[in-house]
Amino acid sequence: MKNVNRGLPSIDGKGLMMGKPAYTDDLAEPNSLIIKVLRSPHPFAKIKKIDTKIASEVNGVECVLTYKDFSRIPVTRAGQGYPEPSPHDKFVLDNYVRHIGDEVAIVAAVDLITAQKAIKLIEVEYEVLEPILDFEDAYNNKIIIHDEPEIHEMFPIGFEPKKNIAAAYDMHVGNVDETLKNCDVVLETSFYSQAQAHVMMEPHTANARIDCYGRLVIYSSTQTPYHVRRIISQALDYPLSKIRVIKPRVGGGFGGKQCIHGEFFVSAVTLRTGKPSKLVYTRKEVFESSFSRHPMRFDVKLGATKDGILKGIDVNVLSDTGAYGEHALTVFMVAGAKVLPLYNKVDSVRFGGKVVYTNHTPAGAFRGYGAIQGNYALESAIDMMCEKLVIDPITFREKNMIKEGETSPIFKIMGEGTEGIEMSVESCKLEYCVKRGRELINWKEKYPFVKGKSSKVRGVGMAIAMQGSGIPYIDMASAMIKLNDDGFYNLIIGATDIGQGSDTILAQIAAEVLETDLDKMIVYSSDTDLAPFDCGAYASSTTYVSGNAVVKAAKNMRKMLIKEGARSLGVKEEEIIFDGKLFQTEDEKKSITLSDLSNHLFYSEDQQQLVATNSYVGTKSPPPFMAGYVEVEVDTETGVVKVLDYIAVVDCGTTINPLLALGQVEGALAQGIGMTLYEEVLYNQRGGLISNNLMTYRIPTRKEITNMNVEFADSYEESGPYGAKSVGEIGIDTPPAAICNAIYNAVGVRIQSLPVTAENVLMGILKNKEKRNEKQ
Amino acid sequence: MKINNYHKVNTLDEAYALLTSDKSSSIIAGGAWLKFSKKTIENAIDLSNLNLDQIVETKEAFEIGCMTTLRQVEVNKSLMTFCNGVITKSINEIMGVQIRNIATIGGTVSGKYGFSDLITPLLVLDTKLQFYKNGIITLEEFLNSKDFKNDILVKIIISKKIGKAKFISMKKTSNDFSVINTAVFKNKEECKIAVGARPNGALLAIKAMEFLDNNKTYSEEVINECASIASKEIPFGSNIRGSKEYRIELCRVLIKRGLQEVLK
Amino acid sequence: MKVQLTINGYKKEIEVKPDEYLLDTLRNSNYLSVKRGCDSSSCGVCTVLLDGKPIASCSYLSVKAEGHEITTAEGIQKEAAQISAYFGDEGADQCGFCNPALALTIYAMKRELSDPTDEEIRDYLVGNLCRCSGYVGQQRAIRAYLEDTL
Repeated sequence: MKNVNRGLPSIDGKGLMMGKPAYTDDLAEPNSLIIKVLRSPHPFAKIKKIDTKIASEVNGVECVLTYKDFSRIPVTRAGQGYPEPSPHDKFVLDNYVRHIGDEVAIVAAVDLITAQKAIKLIEVEYEVLEPILDFEDAYNNKIIIHDEPEIHEMFPIGFEPKKNIAAAYDMHVGNVDETLKNCDVVLETSFYSQAQAHVMMEPHTANARIDCYGRLVIYSSTQTPYHVRRIISQALDYPLSKIRVIKPRVGGGFGGKQCIHGEFFVSAVTLRTGKPSKLVYTRKEVFESSFSRHPMRFDVKLGATKDGILKGIDVNVLSDTGAYGEHALTVFMVAGAKVLPLYNKVDSVRFGGKVVYTNHTPAGAFRGYGAIQGNYALESAIDMMCEKLVIDPITFREKNMIKEGETSPIFKIMGEGTEGIEMSVESCKLEYCVKRGRELINWKEKYPFVKGKSSKVRGVGMAIAMQGSGIPYIDMASAMIKLNDDGFYNLIIGATDIGQGSDTILAQIAAEVLETDLDKMIVYSSDTDLAPFDCGAYASSTTYVSGNAVVKAAKNMRKMLIKEGARSLGVKEEEIIFDGKLFQTEDEKKSITLSDLSNHLFYSEDQQQLVATNSYVGTKSPPPFMAGYVEVEVDTETGVVKVLDYIAVVDCGTTINPLLALGQVEGALAQGIGMTLYEEVLYNQRGGLISNNLMTYRIPTRKEITNMNVEFADSYEESGPYGAKSVGEIGIDTPPAAICNAIYNAVGVRIQSLPVTAENVLMGILKNKEKRNEKQ
Repeated sequence: MKINNYHKVNTLDEAYALLTSDKSSSIIAGGAWLKFSKKTIENAIDLSNLNLDQIVETKEAFEIGCMTTLRQVEVNKSLMTFCNGVITKSINEIMGVQIRNIATIGGTVSGKYGFSDLITPLLVLDTKLQFYKNGIITLEEFLNSKDFKNDILVKIIISKKIGKAKFISMKKTSNDFSVINTAVFKNKEECKIAVGARPNGALLAIKAMEFLDNNKTYSEEVINECASIASKEIPFGSNIRGSKEYRIELCRVLIKRGLQEVLK
Repeated sequence: MKVQLTINGYKKEIEVKPDEYLLDTLRNSNYLSVKRGCDSSSCGVCTVLLDGKPIASCSYLSVKAEGHEITTAEGIQKEAAQISAYFGDEGADQCGFCNPALALTIYAMKRELSDPTDEEIRDYLVGNLCRCSGYVGQQRAIRAYLEDTL
């Protein structure tokens, strides 16, 4: 039975559609205390006085906690490998609040109404401080957002809180200034990207209880159960050995649940009261009090020869991490590390800048982190350069982009928070992707634009992208396989299925090695007591890193089986042929079924439990590649932009499950299109988020996303499980640049600040008209 | 929002008595938007038992009970062809089916919501409202008055005038509120133009309507001029969905398109 | 106050507050297929059927449901399983959080519209947001489901 490279439905899809209770809140103890969080109405303030007496006395209130109830232990909420490349700048509760929606106090009560009532009765006296609301004003401002003595970096990340810098970084290859000086054409321009919200359908949810062994059991909608366990232990100064974290089904994450959220509060309440507790964020809390994408400004300089050879790239980035520095450095570095190697033939590259604190909702991890922002800037700038050179943007890319077997010095210099790994790209079908995409969109007929009916103009645009596959030498995954009687298996993994289908594809991989059917590979995952370690679902690592761990564990199991099969048949291991069901000798004279063998191992002879375990840490991070092509229709009278078709040709190596891989790319494209065209982030003058619910923050509906055409290139990555690379993030990267390029090709309006709004497009069109009239 | 007492009344008299008994009494229509209110409602009055969720079609008019859901109006066969289905079309674009099965026409009209996609086409049709105490008044009169707060809207009466109508709205995503919406109506006797989501409530573009009434032929120039007059006479504002300037421009374009359609 | 509701064919008497919304009543009564997503009738994950018609339970007062028939995904297990097979075949199921509500809405649509076009399907389901799938896989699945079962 072939299991890999086969489109199978996800193993949990049916049960979930039938509505089986499977998500964190479905599994809360029915009598849990309900937790509500009192949140800051001010972007920046000191809590001068906080009085919880009246609130605590409300009948039904079990506890009210403020900063006074916690020791001052700074941690980071970023779910990353330890030591984290994020500053430890967050206390469970602090006497300063640094953004609207920041935590002031928590109440646990018998029911929601009581908790809400008590929240209103907490008396707080704030000393309201002047906030920093514009990230371009943050650096070296006289206002210092983080002035606490205890906060620190774990290793050098450029952390300078007195200057409002959460992290900083600089690198260069060659001498960019010199290179640009000698170029025929130099482009210098800037781009802005916004604080996109994840809008996973399930809000952040956590609950806790003390089990019969006196241990703290946390259920959490998280992407990183093992990091949650570690961070809770640090923050609450509670023994790691007494904490168990269970991740049930997760209703979407996209990076938003890579960071800690309500786990602090349910843990603190349950430890304090001994009673089960739960916390479900309101949608407003998800928007204001969790995390967003890092907004960034890019100052880009490109230099090229007049015959279209790109010689130098200079990128300076300012990134806004908001009130706390989760993923500040790593997101920033990815904006270079997963973008710049696309153009590996340049003489020199410079990349650097700062990540600054502001008094906005903190930024954190979000699918395609850094890469989508960097891709938007660079791939827009490349098209602008092509216009100056009067060269077709595809021809230019084909001349200058990375190809199979090549390398880039960036790989070695830049990793995620640390140095990178030298590698050449052994599997890279980018040339094919570009060529195939051009055919599928019918570039020849459609580039740059076609006039449509009345006021409509259609334009095409494109962009290329790359990602990585896990973080080499840092992020580890492991797997255990257990043989059961009757010859079926348990696959026990730390890997975190957040809807992307990792339980399914990891089971497929294990079943492939052991030549069994998928329904004989029973998956249990993401329980820190029962499953072996896995860093979690982030950095496009599960298929590649966890997948490799599963291959290794399954191969171990296979060896054990053959050993036991040989012993049982009284022959040498070399003589055994095992087809997944039957062990037999080459001459077919002796045989035993797996089912019989496993029954013997359980009950009759040489009784023992076969368990195979193995783990994997990457030694490289092979990038998936893709070419994205889009056809848009612009209404020149209203500025409305419609995506008519999106073509994605993706090289992710072997697709372990082509259907789930397709879903990953389609879903990521929709999020990228959303960020480009619809998802406006609006603040009021006081620093409050206006777009803090789903009536004001607009994600695309099924009427906006109507056509996509995703194809996978025939590709095989030697180092990956069955030739696979990652596919979780790559799909999100191209829409901003490709769509903006298409809009420019259609109507000559270059959008350099996201999102594209119909209003901005129309104003651009009207301005162009004015200019033309002036000339006449 | 907090409700202290909930009453499913059996007569309009009972409803009216409750409504006027306490300042914080309120008629509950669909109840969908209630949750955004910070008010405490002493007496919530539910008219569900009064058989007011019917669309009665007479020779002269559609009489729509106040408790009729938007979805009921939307799927009504006769309304689909009435004035090019202008009412159906405007409701079809309001958020999702899930909310249109809750929200009622009475709640939508009496709420006078600025974002309403339904009031704008109702304004270019001959729409009258039947109140429990005040009797029948025009929709326009109701929109311009604050006098009906303590009365109960019972029916929405839409005369079956013959003509062509067109509703056009502009939304950022399909389940969003309109950046702006416009409706135009034309028959031999009259032309009507209304603009809503300005972002305030819908208004008739009186000058533009007069301009068109004074023209015998409807050339491209006349249409453009009419649209331009409307965009200048209607007051616009800015909100998160669009600036005043953008709305002025959109108003001109959408009314032009609407007129092109009905004058075809 | 006490309300009489028929949930998935069974008559129930449930104690509710006058300002309680149906979503809370149902989740508190252990109908856990009904999810909370946005609390502003924007996302559709709380969809249930009221007398066969999809409504946003987060925006419908429980007292109003008195005497009505409510259907949750627990009440259409066979159909939900059937629909899920089509989703599985198109790579359209991911986190699954919005799926019980989507199955209910598709179930209601099938009864309300005969042979809907792609555009009519999107119109009917526009209130069911999904952040995972990018919708196109769902559309393929729904199309195929309707073609096979109409």
